[in-house]
Amino acid sequence: MTSTVLPPRATAPTAPDLPADQPVPAPAARPSLRSRLRKVVDAAITPLELADVLDVFHPLRAGADLRGRIVAIQPETADSATIVLKPGKDWGGHVPGQYVRVGVDVDGVRLWRTYSLTHGPRPDGCISITVKAIPDGVVSGHLVHRAQVGQMIQMAPAEGEFVLPDPLPAKLLLVTGGSGITPVIGMLRNLFSRAVPPALDIVLVHVNVSTDTAMFRDELRAHADAGHLRLVERYDVRDGVLDVADLGDLVPDLDERLAYACGPAGLLDALEQHHADRGLPLTTERFRPVLLGDAGEGGEVTFSSGAVVDADGTTPILDAGESAGVLLPSGCRMGVCFGCVVPLRSGAVRDLRNGALTVAVPGETGPEGVPIQTCINAAAGPCSIDS
Amino acid sequence: MTVITKLPVNPTAHLTPEDIEQLGVELDAIRQSVLDARGEKDARYIRRVVDVQRKLELGSRAVLLASVFPPAWIAGTIGLSVAKILENMEIGHNVMHGQWDWMRDPKIHSTTWEWDNASTADGWKHAHNEIHHTYTNIVGKDNDLGYGIMRVDEDQRWHPMHLGQPLWNFINACFFEYGIAAYDLELGKNLRMPKERRSAQFKANARKTLHKIRKQATKDYVVHPALALPFGGALQVLAANFTANVVRNLWSHSVIMCGHFPEGVETFERKSIPDDESRGQWYLRQMLGSANISGSKLMHIMTGNLSHQIEHHLFPDLPSSRYAEIAPQVQALFEKYDLNYHSAPLPQQVASAWHRVVRLSLPNGWLATTNAKNLPEQLKLLWGMTTKGPKVRRAAQARLTQQEKRQARAAAAAA
Repeated sequence: MTSTVLPPRATAPTAPDLPADQPVPAPAARPSLRSRLRKVVDAAITPLELADVLDVFHPLRAGADLRGRIVAIQPETADSATIVLKPGKDWGGHVPGQYVRVGVDVDGVRLWRTYSLTHGPRPDGCISITVKAIPDGVVSGHLVHRAQVGQMIQMAPAEGEFVLPDPLPAKLLLVTGGSGITPVIGMLRNLFSRAVPPALDIVLVHVNVSTDTAMFRDELRAHADAGHLRLVERYDVRDGVLDVADLGDLVPDLDERLAYACGPAGLLDALEQHHADRGLPLTTERFRPVLLGDAGEGGEVTFSSGAVVDADGTTPILDAGESAGVLLPSGCRMGVCFGCVVPLRSGAVRDLRNGALTVAVPGETGPEGVPIQTCINAAAGPCSIDS
Repeated sequence: MTVITKLPVNPTAHLTPEDIEQLGVELDAIRQSVLDARGEKDARYIRRVVDVQRKLELGSRAVLLASVFPPAWIAGTIGLSVAKILENMEIGHNVMHGQWDWMRDPKIHSTTWEWDNASTADGWKHAHNEIHHTYTNIVGKDNDLGYGIMRVDEDQRWHPMHLGQPLWNFINACFFEYGIAAYDLELGKNLRMPKERRSAQFKANARKTLHKIRKQATKDYVVHPALALPFGGALQVLAANFTANVVRNLWSHSVIMCGHFPEGVETFERKSIPDDESRGQWYLRQMLGSANISGSKLMHIMTGNLSHQIEHHLFPDLPSSRYAEIAPQVQALFEKYDLNYHSAPLPQQVASAWHRVVRLSLPNGWLATTNAKNLPEQLKLLWGMTTKGPKVRRAAQARLTQQEKRQARAAAAAA
């Protein structure tokens, strides 16, 4: 996901400081008792690491890799659900509107995606993501239809600039399309769960195809009935596709409102144009589509050493790299020994033995890239490789 | 055995090049069927094995703290032996083969795994995955054929040194992990060359291996005995850990011997392998160069599914838990192409492999031509071959070979 903040808007508050990966060792002259104990433990369990052993018993402890356990799955519409997660002790919290990258094991394969956090910080310490199953969406389909309570999910710290400013403005305009409501519901839940709800004038324009596909419809109507906000429901099948030029009719005091929008690219592009023309500030959040299916034959391979090679669709990346003088690990050169495995950072490669595609999308796939065998994979479009 | 190109009847002679390519296509199809099917069930399996192994190891080590009581010693030692075997065979070996890389879990990945063994993961991956699995059973290229210390093929020239190989083999079995570490380093070859000519790569790897050995030994022979000191069981824990290591070594040595050494497994001549060996030809070599162990499910797990050595050598990167499932299809292909699917129970395969080690510790044909009547004469000949120069050895060997041929002819005529 990407957040864009158009000027002239004040900068958003940043996420709370996250704990560093490694505790900084004290520059003590003598090792502490603790570090000596740790040495003994390490020596007793080698070649395992302490984390490997502790993970067997307490995978959500402080100091573990960040992960969460699914504690509840609540259906929202026919093809969307809210996944409530109990995060590990090291979860650094989030600001409503932010998103989280999650690594989900689907059919045994760990796939990473980003989803908006749909609750503000909750008293029970749980967090939630709301997922809409997109057609052929491997991860979203799994989370909505097949995930089980108790399943573990890998996580990264919360990220994103799509958050409300502090102090809050007097008047707010929120425009959401489809699942674009997910970061916004997080903001609203947070605002209205406070002991003293803020005196804030909010207009929410919630655009959906039809009432059946509108997430959080009842909850939003309840907020509207309670006088928390003015809800403008727009349904394409009923009202026709929203023309942003008509936004002024729906929201007469448009110019006085700080605007936030999240939804499909078409809506956001039009809104950005609309607001830029009027010199109005607008913060947007885009859900980047996963670029699958447009893999081609061959492509430009960029190695992290700097070399760029134009490789065809039948030449193994290992051969292409070596012919350009790139130093790559290699082994049997026939796909057997796994001596040539390096991370694919982005792009697509095709297995020359069976045509299977492997795709890496930064921010979507694993944080370390997707490890591939270079000796039996050829470029299937532009790709970048760690060497 | 003899390299297949020198056998009286080459077991692949009846196959046309088209047959061999078709064989490759059919094996590729089996591989693809597993790729298509593998998923959550497989992931659950390996995670469970890892989980069970870790709990078993920790539990056994905890029980061993009380090993002043003999029942605790026995239970702890058995548990630790099993844990070490599981870690090396079903987990370590297979994870380092990349069998579980498809899960994209950095914790169970060929690039990150380190095992409970004297040899380093990197050294092992090079010597085993790259050399042995690519050049399987090619005499002079695959060092697994006798690990450079033994003669396991008629086509490896006999030397008096080989008389001792049953003993070397037994010692190697007891300390197999160190044997593997030395073997991964090509220690013998490197020690024979002058110090200054040894490569920087070798020196770096040797340092890493020594470091690994020190860490492993510190764990089993210093830290855990020291932890048992307050309970008065330091020596007992030391003995238990030593025993578990030897049990693991003997077991893994036996399993690995069964993979390629039993009588009837084929070897190949270096010059008979074309530079552009096709996938079908490579598959065929793997099929003929490996032997399976038949047995129970538990036995398969304890061997790390190397009991399905044939399937493993055909598809070293498929999850081990799937070998049993595809074995019948692979066996059907052996039958279709009239090849020998070599499979037998563990005791039989171990005996067969040891028989070969003993037989080949003697000059070719010596055992076959010896009977009660000519024993003194034969021993004299062997003594001569052992104590005199290469000329005498060559002449005596020629005589033995001739004698053996004559004997075979006579037997054929009698039949």
